[in-house]
Amino acid sequence: MTLSRGARWLLRGAMALGLAFIYVPLAIVLTNSFNADRTFAWPPPRWTTDWWVRAWENAAAREALWTSVRAGIGATAVALLLGTLVAFAVQRYRFFGRDAVSLLVVLPIALPGIVTGIALDTAFRSVIEPLGVGKGLFSVIVGHATFCVVVVYNNVLARLRRLGGNLEEASADLGADTLQTFRYVTFPLLRSALFAGGLLAFALSFDEIIVTTFTAGPGVQTLPIWIFNNLFRPNQAPVINVVAAVLIVLSIVPIYLAQRLSDTAAGGRL
Amino acid sequence: MTVLSTVDRPASDATIARGPVRRLSSWLHRHRGARLAGLLSAPLLWLLVAYLGSLAVLFVSALWTVDGFTGGLVREPTIANFRTILTEEVYRTVTLRSLGIAAAVTVVDVFIALPMAFFMAKVASPRSRRLLVIAILTPLWASYLVKVYAWRVMLANDGPVDWLFGGSGNGPGYGLPAIVLVLSYLWLPYMILPIYAGLERLPDSLLEASADLGGRGGRTFRSVVLPMIVPSVIAGSIFTFSLSLGDYITVQIVGGKTQLIGNLVYANIGAANNLPFSAALATIPVLIMVGYLVAVRRSGALEEL
Repeated sequence: MTLSRGARWLLRGAMALGLAFIYVPLAIVLTNSFNADRTFAWPPPRWTTDWWVRAWENAAAREALWTSVRAGIGATAVALLLGTLVAFAVQRYRFFGRDAVSLLVVLPIALPGIVTGIALDTAFRSVIEPLGVGKGLFSVIVGHATFCVVVVYNNVLARLRRLGGNLEEASADLGADTLQTFRYVTFPLLRSALFAGGLLAFALSFDEIIVTTFTAGPGVQTLPIWIFNNLFRPNQAPVINVVAAVLIVLSIVPIYLAQRLSDTAAGGRL
Repeated sequence: MTVLSTVDRPASDATIARGPVRRLSSWLHRHRGARLAGLLSAPLLWLLVAYLGSLAVLFVSALWTVDGFTGGLVREPTIANFRTILTEEVYRTVTLRSLGIAAAVTVVDVFIALPMAFFMAKVASPRSRRLLVIAILTPLWASYLVKVYAWRVMLANDGPVDWLFGGSGNGPGYGLPAIVLVLSYLWLPYMILPIYAGLERLPDSLLEASADLGGRGGRTFRSVVLPMIVPSVIAGSIFTFSLSLGDYITVQIVGGKTQLIGNLVYANIGAANNLPFSAALATIPVLIMVGYLVAVRRSGALEEL
């Protein structure tokens, strides 16, 4: 690349400013979790670790975290199953409506979350509730799984495309039946793609607020919903801030896992 | 592939399953249609019936109305909801405001993302390039709500932004500029990553050729780089545009009294309990996005997603 020295420095400066723009707000949240002032006056007048203790002792926050984890695990399990099935069908077979199926998988994440949310809410109210099943954690899992399918699908599809069918044919030629081939050949080759897709699906579900608002039954509170409900209460502010700081620190975990897992920086496909 | 009989296999092979599993397996092997049906039935039942069915119910209900006295649904098709949206000034204003914000967010993100992506793809060393991609990706894993919250703190009265501008009340505070700022912040990685991918595919030899022909930095950028990354920019804009159009949480947290389409949809389903009208309003962003996707289809942007 032939760039003048000045242009290089300008670009370097733009990169540094951009990274500062991305990371300064997150750093401020981390810093504020030790800010002794309740209203987060800046710069912090005094420091404290009280808020961390208070947040740890907050039963509602812990309950919400547990609900989020359960919803995430449920949605990820469903998404892993459905996403893998569709990826196999789309990659390995030619059939009528194949393009429509792949579009259908992407649709829940392409449309605004509020559309997916009220659509599912309407369906629950008019179809499921008359049958005597109310909304609850179950409906949250249904809503989350619907838009999580696409990330598993994308990961598995990309992997299947790269693998081709040769190994499976070799396995069949050596006498393995369909199920054995899947168990001993295909599945081990898919494992890391499934892990990456599952990780993304869990993260999407864990972070989701709009679809959750519309599908959660009474008393079901995921962590984002709990944060949102307490966001406008001044006396809860320090505890919210600690929870936010914890979530920021936790976001390093999936990046680390994805890095360990694969040589592509992205780890998985969004 | 050939179907192998199970008779003449070495009996010592421990992995041979006998009985019903084996029979099912070979039956599946012979029936391609059954395999496909087995693969597709569960996902299609879910996506076609549960999801598409819900969407259909939603759009049909946009044609219903709510009885003013009882609050019950009147299930007779009428276009009254759409007529209200088209004729009343407030809905046009909110739609235009939402579109304006989505466009502004997209433009801001393109301006921030272009130099960053260019630096990552063409200036940084391979090692720091990898680290920079991670640095851009990491915030995507941080919670959406936490990031909006971070800006609520940043923009608060007496907060860090006010402090930067030299005192309480000097910063932009909450409102329309804050919405554009925070939405740009949230969707920035979705713009950087496709542009970076597009620039990485752009061969360096093209840039050198342009320099050899006498093109200086600015000219090379305008005549060589820009035309080739247009599909990537459009791919990024699909994210920034669509995500901004549907948002109402950020608006509630940092928007002050500002309302966008999402807020109206939410208000009508919640406080006003007018689901049909919400459904009618929700068709606006869907129509805009479908129109946008159709318009950019030919640019090749959809393959960049």
